[in-house]
Amino acid sequence: MQTATQIPTDVSFLEYRKYKGIFNWILSTDHKRIGLMYLYSMMTLFFVGVALGLAMKLELIAPGKTIMDAQDYNAVFTVHGVIMIFMIVIPGLPAVFGNFLLPIMIGAKDVAFPKLNLLSWYIYILGALLVIASVLFGNGTPDTGWTFYAPYSFKSGTNLLPAIFGAFVLGFSSILTGLNFIVTIHRMRAPGMTWLKMPLFPWSLYGTAWIQLLATPVVGITLLLIILERVFGIGVFDPALGGDPILYQHLFWIYSHPAVYVMILPAMGAISEIIPTFTQKHIFGYKAIIGSTLAIAFVGYFVWGHHMFTSGMSGTAQYTFSILTFLVAIPSAIKVFNWISTMYKGSISLQTPFYWAASFIFIFMIGGLSGLVLGALATDIYVHDTAFVVAHFHFIVFGGVGFSFFGAIHYWFPKIWGRMYDTKWANTGWLVFSIGFLALYSPMFYLGMQGMPRRYYDYLEEFHAANILSTLGSWVMTFGLVIIVINLVRSAKHGPKAEMNPWNGKTLEWTVPSPPPVENFEEIPVYGEKDGPYEY
Amino acid sequence: MSNEKHHIVPYRTYIFVLLALIVLTFISIAITHIELADYTVAGALILASVKTFLVLTFFMHLKFDKPYMRIMVGFVLAVFLAVIIITFLDYYYR
Repeated sequence: MQTATQIPTDVSFLEYRKYKGIFNWILSTDHKRIGLMYLYSMMTLFFVGVALGLAMKLELIAPGKTIMDAQDYNAVFTVHGVIMIFMIVIPGLPAVFGNFLLPIMIGAKDVAFPKLNLLSWYIYILGALLVIASVLFGNGTPDTGWTFYAPYSFKSGTNLLPAIFGAFVLGFSSILTGLNFIVTIHRMRAPGMTWLKMPLFPWSLYGTAWIQLLATPVVGITLLLIILERVFGIGVFDPALGGDPILYQHLFWIYSHPAVYVMILPAMGAISEIIPTFTQKHIFGYKAIIGSTLAIAFVGYFVWGHHMFTSGMSGTAQYTFSILTFLVAIPSAIKVFNWISTMYKGSISLQTPFYWAASFIFIFMIGGLSGLVLGALATDIYVHDTAFVVAHFHFIVFGGVGFSFFGAIHYWFPKIWGRMYDTKWANTGWLVFSIGFLALYSPMFYLGMQGMPRRYYDYLEEFHAANILSTLGSWVMTFGLVIIVINLVRSAKHGPKAEMNPWNGKTLEWTVPSPPPVENFEEIPVYGEKDGPYEY
Repeated sequence: MSNEKHHIVPYRTYIFVLLALIVLTFISIAITHIELADYTVAGALILASVKTFLVLTFFMHLKFDKPYMRIMVGFVLAVFLAVIIITFLDYYYR
């Protein structure tokens, strides 16, 4: 008879060796190691995405050809988008911090299906390799934009099949992670931790997981249809064969708009953890934040058509989507008001994670309010497909998710690696990054209002000055990024040892050693009547 | 989890459901030979919905699970229905 191996409770997950060398990582079903494997793979891909972004901005430093021609520019923005959207911001916080923290925050030893969790990572890597293959092999890098719009995606002569199939494969990773989280949250919460005692980050992961589970299959089948259209000419989307290219846009955005909430909900969840800790105060409107999370997840399903106002959709559909889009602003605003109210009369501690969280609110507000310009039918027609749209979604996607991600990594860093980073450099990195971010993306609002179209490698002379500022901003932001990454990487190895609870946080992850032992808890915690996640 | 009761479904039920699914499949093929014009798709969808109902209820044990499972599946179907209706706001009013 086989006996279970005794896992030591006094050895951290980073020190515990079950296999030799790298096998300790790639065969590990420990949710914490899987979270870190996602982090390291994502960071590698992120630097590729950043390099492509820098190349685009460098091309736009002056009118005409600077470093690449039009076809190369098309390829660069396509691969930049595919990497950043499908491999970084969609899996981002759930795959890294969700995996690492969800079981600990709800008092469990692991996720419900640890092997499935490891499989999700392998599927993620397979999807990433397929996309990379589309760049390295075949006749030309994909050039359709990350949306693979019909009819470009079946007319383009470039190597699109592996990229589309890669995005399809990446979807499976997302679905399996979502399924794992839903079951984990339903079945494995600590005794006494009722739904309304669960911290807000797991709540946000719960809302996100439902979107991952329900919306991702739609894009899966849509991408398969594109492959069939390209290979066999089945005529679903090709107007020459009786198909409808707008149907592609419907199907694509039925997934890809909810995907924005897959990105932003966990980001909001992380902010909802950081703010109470650094104000040492119970979160204001706990139930309202949960309600708004579920409302965003729900209403977010029905707003996809606002990406298609100029595509030739019916007027009735346009009005409906516009109204629904405005509705989604309400739960988003509820969250912002609750975060601000939490800070009111709190003992605010100006530490690095708080700087990121506060600037997240600022950046997210700009992104959100500029979204209303795009959600209104009349103004959308004016700025559609201009640099304004690029600025808007970078404020939401990069500003929202990115600022929250960096906030989260500075918040949970001592827990994950058991060491503390250099606060002075961390704050400097935040400041430089934020200045660079604003300098990079703010001019694009102006450029869009002035009529500069997106996805063009060239522009009129009148747009030159704002483009120079934007390119300079990209350099400053990247410099800030380098400071942040060097500081964190160095500190993970050489930083001073961190305490169990350096920030005086009240959620369960702060009750286990830093870094946590393999199975998190020696004994599963029990929540009493008066226990709660934010009882300061 | 081990203390939860599991309902044991007799084989007979499964065989009846299987037979019903096979019969419905043949009906959905047969129906294509009848000229139903605009209702062809509706007919196919109704038959597919009945089959889905049988699979969810018996093979996937919804009939024997706690009510909240049915509520969750019902919610998912409602979302799906809403997505279809909103999409057709475009196609019908173009």
